[in-house]
Amino acid sequence: MGVIDLRAFRDDIGRADQVCVRGGGTRWGVGGDDAGARSVSAPVGIEAFEPAEMTVTVGAGTTMAALSAALAEHGQEVAIDGPADSTVGGALMVGRNPLRRGRLGEVADVLLQADCVGADGAVFTAGGPTVKNVTGYDLCRLLVGSLGTLALVGRVILRTRPSPEAFAWMSGAVGTSEVVDALYRPATVLWDGIATTVRVEGYGDDVNEEVGRLQMLGMVPTGEPVLPRERDRWTGVLPVGGILEVGAGVVHRPDAPESGKVAIGVRALGERLRDSFDPTRRLNPGRDPHRVPA
Amino acid sequence: MSASFVRILVGRIRGEDPLVRDLKAVLGRGRVEIGPAALNLYSHDASVTRGGHAGIVCFPENTAEVSACVATAARHGRPFVPRGAGTGLSGGAVPCDEPVMVVTTRMDAIHEVDVERRLAWVGPGVVNLDLSLYLEGTGLHFAPDPSSQQACTIGGNVANNAGGPHCLLYGVTSAHVLAVEVVLPDGEVVVIGAEEGRAAGYDLRGAFVGGEGTLGIATSICVRLTEDPPEVATLLLDFERVQGAADTVTAVIADGIVPAALEIMDQRVVEAVEPFVKAGYPIDAAAVLIVELDGMSAGIAAATARIEAIGMANGARNVRVAATEDERARIWKGRKSAFGAIAVIKPDYYLNDTVIPRTRLAEVLTRVYEVVAERDLIVMNVFHAGDGNLHPLIVYDAREPGVMERVLEAGEEIVRISVEAGGVLSGEHGIGLEKKRFMPLQFSPADLEAQERLRRAFDVDGLANPAKVLPSGASCGHVTTLGQAPEGTWV
Repeated sequence: MGVIDLRAFRDDIGRADQVCVRGGGTRWGVGGDDAGARSVSAPVGIEAFEPAEMTVTVGAGTTMAALSAALAEHGQEVAIDGPADSTVGGALMVGRNPLRRGRLGEVADVLLQADCVGADGAVFTAGGPTVKNVTGYDLCRLLVGSLGTLALVGRVILRTRPSPEAFAWMSGAVGTSEVVDALYRPATVLWDGIATTVRVEGYGDDVNEEVGRLQMLGMVPTGEPVLPRERDRWTGVLPVGGILEVGAGVVHRPDAPESGKVAIGVRALGERLRDSFDPTRRLNPGRDPHRVPA
Repeated sequence: MSASFVRILVGRIRGEDPLVRDLKAVLGRGRVEIGPAALNLYSHDASVTRGGHAGIVCFPENTAEVSACVATAARHGRPFVPRGAGTGLSGGAVPCDEPVMVVTTRMDAIHEVDVERRLAWVGPGVVNLDLSLYLEGTGLHFAPDPSSQQACTIGGNVANNAGGPHCLLYGVTSAHVLAVEVVLPDGEVVVIGAEEGRAAGYDLRGAFVGGEGTLGIATSICVRLTEDPPEVATLLLDFERVQGAADTVTAVIADGIVPAALEIMDQRVVEAVEPFVKAGYPIDAAAVLIVELDGMSAGIAAATARIEAIGMANGARNVRVAATEDERARIWKGRKSAFGAIAVIKPDYYLNDTVIPRTRLAEVLTRVYEVVAERDLIVMNVFHAGDGNLHPLIVYDAREPGVMERVLEAGEEIVRISVEAGGVLSGEHGIGLEKKRFMPLQFSPADLEAQERLRRAFDVDGLANPAKVLPSGASCGHVTTLGQAPEGTWV
């Protein structure tokens, strides 16, 4: 672990031309493309991990696999959804909630501090290093899911969580509300139109007790389900081959959905934000968070 | 002649402020106040900030009226200040230079509770505790529980991103706000966020929560409702040294246990509170630590045993597990009413709110006691230890000559120590007026400029609660921090 120096990252970004940060490229097409902009890489490495603080300081270019492995050594994890090859920065900029959000928490609450390079080429810090902080404006939550259109993130401090001692996946042709009523804070509840699949987690004996309750409902143990690759907003109708994340507003589906719908006033406010942070639209010019369906 | 023309004519003859006239045209005469009683009442909040000046006080009752108030003020180039119950502790609702006060307390309807989807739409004027009381029997509750919860409004909670003891496990207000209907500073109405999942586009909801009334006014709020835990255990540990309590907190977190709450009260607080609540706090202890665990029974039992062991290893004299609901309620009553009891020691107090890394609690607390003692003052500590959120409360008698300067100096020094320890200026009370001059301690000019960019995107003309949060820009009229402390303040 060494201190991450943002100077090279800042110099690579420069002050004038169109630029984007390339992470793992695992979800490069979300919300647009690079539009021919020059790409740079974010710093890599874990600068500090304090299990007793439940925070980790990491270069945005570090892979999710590397971060997860380091945290797992102390039985912790982060509430960010991203494939093993994706980078921490990329996964934050895409800003998807983890499947286990019911226990692990949501991505909006994970970014405590971000050291960024702005469109003017200057380094600035958003947020602060502590787990609780209402000092000034909440730039961190604004950055999550912004697809690198407001600033380019070089180093982040993240909130970590202890991993559960035990977990179990259970499935069966039982209504989702019946399953939810039988459990306390399930990590995720999935529904494919017929069967409900649920992950319960926590302390070992508590998990066993909940598994017992689900067996009484006719559910059986199962493995982690493979979800269809596309995501869409839940509108009340399950598409063919789709799987609903109950309560998360997300449907996983095999075919690509239409672009998200955004109210005019909300989009206008979003555009004002983008203009305010990047008046010449040089950061990720080909991407638009409003085009991300879910 | 039309009615409105007559009103304008009458107004002109009387020499009435044209803005008052226009606001009365929007809300009617009864809900626009310019009398000295109203102006005085709405010129301060629960902070020690004094010298605010309200211009006009408006009481809108729905979104359209809020929008009309804001648009009318904007048309006259007059700033506005949103206000809920006025329980804020950082001066965020204190008016500078006679703005239009937009008071949302009349918008207190609970519009919809969806038990199955675990959400509710509420007006900004709904009192925090009233929502939880309303939800009794549904198996759900609203998790943020600031100590002012019997008076503060949910609109105010959103503006300040309010915390509370149980935010350790459940997160602060931002984690419990799904969507917000907002009147932007130009009067436009937008709905940001989504009932389920992340909304398309930027997380405007995340940016808005904690905006301290400088980004617009929340007129309807969709809150997440949290499942009541099947079981709760409340532990009371007492220590001969404050540092033992602090070290226990650090060790519990390091052990991978995240309790629902971890609260420390030092001896002075315990001595003041115990006679009133009779919670059985040991008054000879240097500090007590309240631990609340919730969830399922086996996990609670295991964590209770671990915490007992950790406490004993760090010098706990006793570990008491509340045996009855009444005992549990008393332990919490003592914590939540701590500040009502403080008058027995000194008539005035100045409350601070900073956060430090939770691994450095013991060391920073030692410094806090030193800083205060060096200035011949008394400090009482009652705080959200699990988050590293300090609430040092300096008690004093304002009649004593020169005491104010020493109190102010000690407060500044505590802020400085917290930032130097890797902490931040505020964990839940916000910046408001009180702490904006400290912002450069934590942020560089480039950091502050980035925050300014966010603000200006929401508030293009700079009319929403100006002179708050950021140190740049206008100063706030005749306002001074520190003065006669108000009655009935909470932390």
